[in-house]
Amino acid sequence: MASVSDADLKAMTQDERVKALGMTTDQLTGRSMYMEFDPDASDRLTYPWAPDVDFNKRTEVDCDDKSTTEVNKEIRALMDEGYGTVVLKNPRGMHSLGVGILSKLNLIIEGSTGYFAVGLIDGPNVRINGRVGWSCAENMMSGTVMIEKNAGSTFGAAMRGGDLVCRGSVGSRTGIDQKGGTIIVGGDTGALSGFMMQRGRMVVCGNAGKNLGDSMYDGTIFVGGEIKSCGVDAVEAELSDLDKAWLTRKLTQYGLMPDKGVDHFTKIVAGKQLWNYDNLEPNEKKLIL
Amino acid sequence: MCGIAGLIHKGKSSNVGGEMTAMLQALKHRGPDSTGYAVYGDERAPEEYIMRIKVAEAEDRSIGHGVHKLIADRIARVDAILEEHGAVVKSKEAPQDYSLRYVLTHDGDTPSMAEHIEEDGVTEILSMGNGLELIKDLGDAAVVAEAYGLNDFTGTHGIGHTRMATESDVDIKSAHPYWAFPYNDISVVHNGQITNYWIMRREMERKGHRFQSNCDSELLAVYTAHNLANGVTLEESLKRSIKEIDGVFTYLVCTKDQLGMAKDTMAAKPLVLYESDDLIAMASEEVAIRAILPEEIDTYDPYDEEVRVWQA
Repeated sequence: MASVSDADLKAMTQDERVKALGMTTDQLTGRSMYMEFDPDASDRLTYPWAPDVDFNKRTEVDCDDKSTTEVNKEIRALMDEGYGTVVLKNPRGMHSLGVGILSKLNLIIEGSTGYFAVGLIDGPNVRINGRVGWSCAENMMSGTVMIEKNAGSTFGAAMRGGDLVCRGSVGSRTGIDQKGGTIIVGGDTGALSGFMMQRGRMVVCGNAGKNLGDSMYDGTIFVGGEIKSCGVDAVEAELSDLDKAWLTRKLTQYGLMPDKGVDHFTKIVAGKQLWNYDNLEPNEKKLIL
Repeated sequence: MCGIAGLIHKGKSSNVGGEMTAMLQALKHRGPDSTGYAVYGDERAPEEYIMRIKVAEAEDRSIGHGVHKLIADRIARVDAILEEHGAVVKSKEAPQDYSLRYVLTHDGDTPSMAEHIEEDGVTEILSMGNGLELIKDLGDAAVVAEAYGLNDFTGTHGIGHTRMATESDVDIKSAHPYWAFPYNDISVVHNGQITNYWIMRREMERKGHRFQSNCDSELLAVYTAHNLANGVTLEESLKRSIKEIDGVFTYLVCTKDQLGMAKDTMAAKPLVLYESDDLIAMASEEVAIRAILPEEIDTYDPYDEEVRVWQA
């Protein structure tokens, strides 16, 4: 595997790359996917075909009169030209902007987006100076996303890594099926937030709706305001000094540190009375990147 | 999936027809099967009604040349019934040969007249009221607005719907909005699925209400009308519906001077809200609101069990 050069990989099709990197394309029959980590391939944690961009090279894209596909293709073309900072103007609620960006990039969206904004990203730093619709940063793998206004439901669904921050309030089912990373909400969150959460951390500075953390397997939820109700198997845990230090660092980093500090936060974790991976799936492991 | 939209201007009239067309066209991808409008024009004298009817469905047109005589006969029947009930027709237009708009005066038993008109099981009154005009047909918003001359419609508020047929056929009678027969000026659009539809429908039928279609959304119109007719406020009716109606839904209701919204207990169906001092706009997706307010604005998602009512 290690003998395949980056140049060779770049020239390959996606199927060929998958095979060359030792990944499987077989039909999966189980609930989890085996994945062996090869230290020789550690340098490939960044994608070999990712363009080498310069953050100081900046340009703008006007979304008016363009389709989502056209805008997203233009972002990729600009990255291939070495642009490291791309500003999207006039998004006006367009769906699926900035999805699938798998390398470093400063993406600034000046306005509000619709559904599925910056989903499936792995690496970029995104700032959205407006509101986002449903399923923002769904399946996000790494990078940072900062939203200045409110967000819709299923914010950060199935997220795996990185920091996803909304300064305003978000809708329902925030962080549903969250598998890693950090979600930070400056305002309130709706019902069923953290539903079936598996890993990662969620911080809600305001109030949380009903059934918080329902059926969560693992992970941690911190709530600064009131919790309408906890869901099944979501229980309160003691806020440790380590938790407080982490909260202070993260909230300060994003300018969301409450005036009264973090001592008042409630910590919610899984009671683990309903489900445990290690007990029920002893032969399966999940690799969380 | 379906798309819903609503807007209300506070204390003034505007081109709600054109605005609703822009919003619904932006939601076309959520449901291209049919498009419907319930728009509220400037108020008329209490005894003056606008009646919108359709006398044929898409399947009727498949019979060929004979459909013209069929439609003419059905319209003649409606005219005779109006005369029989003492209604005075002030104007009569046919935006489509099967869809008519009457302006009439009537000071008798209007529900009885409406029931008589619909007695043939084919003719459907889409709406009747002092302000409400309900238009729905197959096609996207641009097609329907053009066919019915809606782009210049002036009024205070309205709701609209783009339908992706899932629970019933692609036809006009299953398209939204629904008028709350026989109550003036009440209309409903809905996105979602009502799971206790038949239980609730039988309950409403036992109370004397009748249904025109098998579309679950019609239940919301009948349910709302029943509550309002029994002195329940619109806000209270919306709150009750969240407890009494099962399923996943977000729906909008208009009366002569109000617009209301309700979200189910799971907040499973989307709605984005924009509020300013003189305009409230809402839609399944923000892109619809941006179709009439392209500048940067603040919007938010209502939460589960949230109910709001605005006055024109």
